[in-house]
Formats: sequence, structure tokens, C-alpha cells
Amino acid sequence: MRYFLGRTLHAVFLLFGVSLLTFLFSALTPGSYFDEMRLNPQISRETVAALRAQYQLDRPLPVRYAHWLNAVAHGELGFSFAYNSPVGPLLWVRARNTLFLTITAMLLAWLLALPLGVWSASRFGHAPDRVLSWTTATLLVIPDLVLALGLLILAVRTGWFPTGGLASLGFENLSPLHKLRDLASHMALPVTALVLATLPMLVRHVRASVAEVLDAPFLRAAVGHGIPHSKLLYSYALRAAANPLISLFGFSVGTLLSGSLLVEVVMSWPGLGPLLLEAILARDLYVVISGVLLSMIFLVSGNLFADVLLYWADPRIRIAASAK
Amino acid sequence: MQPLLRVENLVKHYAAGRPAPPKDKFAALDGVSLSISARTTLALVGESGSGKSTLALCIACLEHPTSGSIWFEGVEVAGLHENQQRLLRPQIQLVFQDPASSLNPRWTALEIVSEPFFVQGRFRKQERSDKACTWLDRVGISRKMVSRRAGELSGGQKQRLAIARALALEPKLIVLDEALSALDYSVQAQVSNLLLELQSSLGLTYLFITHDCAMAAHVADEIAVMDRGRIVESGPAEKILRSPGHAATRSLLAATPGVPETQSVLVNS
Repeated sequence: MRYFLGRTLHAVFLLFGVSLLTFLFSALTPGSYFDEMRLNPQISRETVAALRAQYQLDRPLPVRYAHWLNAVAHGELGFSFAYNSPVGPLLWVRARNTLFLTITAMLLAWLLALPLGVWSASRFGHAPDRVLSWTTATLLVIPDLVLALGLLILAVRTGWFPTGGLASLGFENLSPLHKLRDLASHMALPVTALVLATLPMLVRHVRASVAEVLDAPFLRAAVGHGIPHSKLLYSYALRAAANPLISLFGFSVGTLLSGSLLVEVVMSWPGLGPLLLEAILARDLYVVISGVLLSMIFLVSGNLFADVLLYWADPRIRIAASAK
Repeated sequence: MQPLLRVENLVKHYAAGRPAPPKDKFAALDGVSLSISARTTLALVGESGSGKSTLALCIACLEHPTSGSIWFEGVEVAGLHENQQRLLRPQIQLVFQDPASSLNPRWTALEIVSEPFFVQGRFRKQERSDKACTWLDRVGISRKMVSRRAGELSGGQKQRLAIARALALEPKLIVLDEALSALDYSVQAQVSNLLLELQSSLGLTYLFITHDCAMAAHVADEIAVMDRGRIVESGPAEKILRSPGHAATRSLLAATPGVPETQSVLVNS
């Protein structure tokens, strides 16, 4: 219990620090949302100044930060200048779509990476392993952007998949089964792009960790006791190799999320990615800060989840934690 | 009498480095023949890299020899299919050199010793831990230590634990691959005496692999000297140590302090 409290406290401090840094850096960037209004001769200087005052952009930075923190504590994330609405509801819909995409992609990537990596490790150095290593290495050097664009070209040329969005027109009128099919076909491309972007790294890590423990004498001893090969690989070796992989799981949440923002923009998936990009270009301050913070919350929760998994999976950590 | 284990002309090649063409092979075992009678100890001595551990793995059916045959209780085992070997493996157990890496660090002593029962599906739950406790007690690990994890035990205790695990399936042959080398002298003496005591009470056969001639003299009935993948000399322990016939034996003896004393002890007894 104390272990979880410690990890959670750690996470809260991290989030606090990130929010402070985002605030600072966004203050360092020149200009604000209202500066472009000044170029418009139809808007008077007084109006711009009044707007700045209304949104408290004329106040010093610490005051603004304190004000914003207070708002966050009350569950409000600030106000979007561009959408002229509170940030919270705006962000929530987008975050839901992003989470939907990344969680699907992550589950799929891990479901593929585990058997592929274990299989590769069990044939370490042999032909199938080498073919897989070359494939993953090739995929690793292709940038996510090129992957996503390539898939998009494929979709346009073949017409097999819709090239953007989350649902077709008239989605509401479809039967549940067709709704599911429609959603799946819309998700196919972004999910494929994300899986292809993360899978190589995961497979290589699984392969390396499992190959390392496969040489361990305690596994040889288990073979000596007459354990079947498949049980050795999936039950013993994978469990013994689990610790670095669980940490990687937390980390993969982060990489998938950052990859997702890019893929979302390319494939026009209505998630956080396009919203954040627009907000950054328009200097829509509170949307940017809240978006970054939200991504950070996802990342931190991913790591927290990994910590909990680690605690559950490894008795040594449990003992070390309870001994403290 | 028919020997428990007979190895004939065993050859094991390893590919020398992966990029090398397949013809470039390194012979870890280059035609090894030996035999061990039941209830005796054969010490296999040799420098590191002479192929002792490869031989151990082949005998335990954990590596497939390139050619040659291994007869265990009159059955040829090297050519058996993987599934048949799996059934045979419990009869021959290995104790490894490094006790720290041969025990699963996540498990308690009790779990480690009951693991072979799980693998084999022997006994019910309660019976498994009872049996495991008996074996732990037998090797000198007390009841209050059974819930400790491998990392919380000393080197000697870990090796006792590894011995208990090897004994759990009641094997006929135990291959001790440098099993005492990682321990300090006083602990080596205790564990080797434990091994001798277990041998006489359980009727075990040992293949005792070591580079330490003094230890070989202490535990072995026969000694075989290995050098570069071959057995260069073998015979009764006393004879080999008193009048070594091969340069490899002499250099091993020269590197072992205190052998003359052991020799005289052996002669006197």
C-alpha cells in the first residue's frame, strides 16, 4: 500500500513539474492569440487590450499560473480563445478518441510482439530469427510519418479503407453490427500505422530479454526436470524476462501516444493530435497546456500501471517495498 | 557389472562464430569415451575450455551431441527423440557451478525444491511441500529458512538448495558441474561431505566435474582427465594422482595446492 502511495505521489509531483514547465515555455514563445488581431485595422487597440485583460494575459506569469492551478483544482482547464468555449469538454471528446485508438493499437502490438519475440528468441541465430530481425530493423528505420503516408496512399489507390475520420456519414442510422464494421474499417489504417511503428521495438525487446534468460542455468534445470518446450518458453522464460518488459510496457504508452498524435494528424483522426496542432499554431494557450498535461497524465498513468504490474509480478519488489 | 552410464566416442561441434561458413567448426568434444559404475563417483578434471561442461550437458540430455552414443542403464539415449528424452531427464540431474543463477530468484527455497514435482505433475499440493521440506532438511536447510528466496541465502545454502532440487526427482545419476568451485574452502568441505553422505545413504552415482585435483581426490573413486575435448588419461583416483601419465594431468596437479597431503591421506586410509 505504501508502495502505491509513493508511486502516486511521485506521479503527482511529476505532473506538477510538467505543468509548470509548459506554462513557462509557452510564456517564452513570442506573441499570443490576440497579437494577430492587432494587424487587423478594423479592431482597435483598445479592444485588443480589453480582450487581453479579460483573459488576464496582461497579468504577470506567477499570477496567471496560480490562477490556472486554482481553476484546475476546481476541475476547469481554462478557456479556448479559438473555440470560444471551455477547454475541458473540447478536450474530453478528443482524448476519448485518442485513447480508443492508442489502447487498441497497444493491445494489438503487444499481442503480436509477445509470441513473435518469444518465437524469435527460441530460434536465436537461426534463419527465421534472422529474417524477423531484418524485418524489424527495416521497419525501425522507416519514420512513422512515411509509414502513415504510405498507408494513406494505399488506401487512396485501392479504396479498401476510408482515408480519414472516425465514422461514415449516417453512422447513427446503421445497425449495431454495421456500426462496428464501420468503426473497424475507419480504425484499420491508423491502428496499422501505430502497430507498425511500435511493433519492431517491442519484438526486439521481447526477443532480447527472453533470449537472455533462456541461457540461464535455472531454466536449464527446469528442462532437466522434464518440462515441455512450450511451457518452458511461455511460462518460465517469459515470466523470468517480464520485468524489463513490464517497464517497457509503461514506456510504450508514451511512445504510442506521441506516435498517435502524428498519425492522427496525417489520417485526420479526430483525436488530440489535430486539436493540439491547431492550438499550437494559433497560440491557443490553455488548449496547448491542457493538451500537454493530458498526454502527460496518460503517460504517467501508463507508467503507474506498469509499476503496479511489476509489484504484482515480482515477489522481490513486494518484499523490498514492505521492508521499507 | 554393467556400468550405469557409458559414453562412447562422443563428438560435439559448435559453429565457430555465426558469420563463419558451416565447415568452420569447433569441436568441444572430440571423441570422448567413459563409463561410470553405479554408486561410484567419477571425477572429470580438466582446465576450463577442455569440454567438461559440454560433456555434462550432453549426458544430461540438454545438448544434442554431433555423433557418438550415450548409454544409460543399457539404453542408448543420445539418439532418442526429444519427447522420449524429456521422460528420461528426471533420471539424470545437474547441479550447476553458479548457485546464484541456477536458482530462480523469484522463488522461495520451498518453491524451488517443489518445482520439479510441479513439472512432473507428481503428488498433491500438501504432499509436494512436505516432500520438499524433507529434502531441504536432508541437505541441512532448516525449517525456518524454507520461505527465504534464493537471494537471501548464503552461497553454501544456495548450493545445498540446488542439490535438494536435483535430488527431488530421485535421480540415479547426478552431474555436478563445478558444483563446489564457487564456494570457499570450509564450505566446500561441508558440502562435499554432504554429497558423500547422500551417496552412501541413497545409492547415488556422481559425475563430479572439477578443475580442483584435491577435491577430486577427496570425493572420487575414479578420475578421468580431459584436455581439448578428449579424455587423455583415466583410472582409479589414487593411481592417477600418484603417477600422472599425461602432461595435462601434471599441469593440473601442479596448479593444485595441497594435493600431496590429500594423497597421503588417501594412501593411509
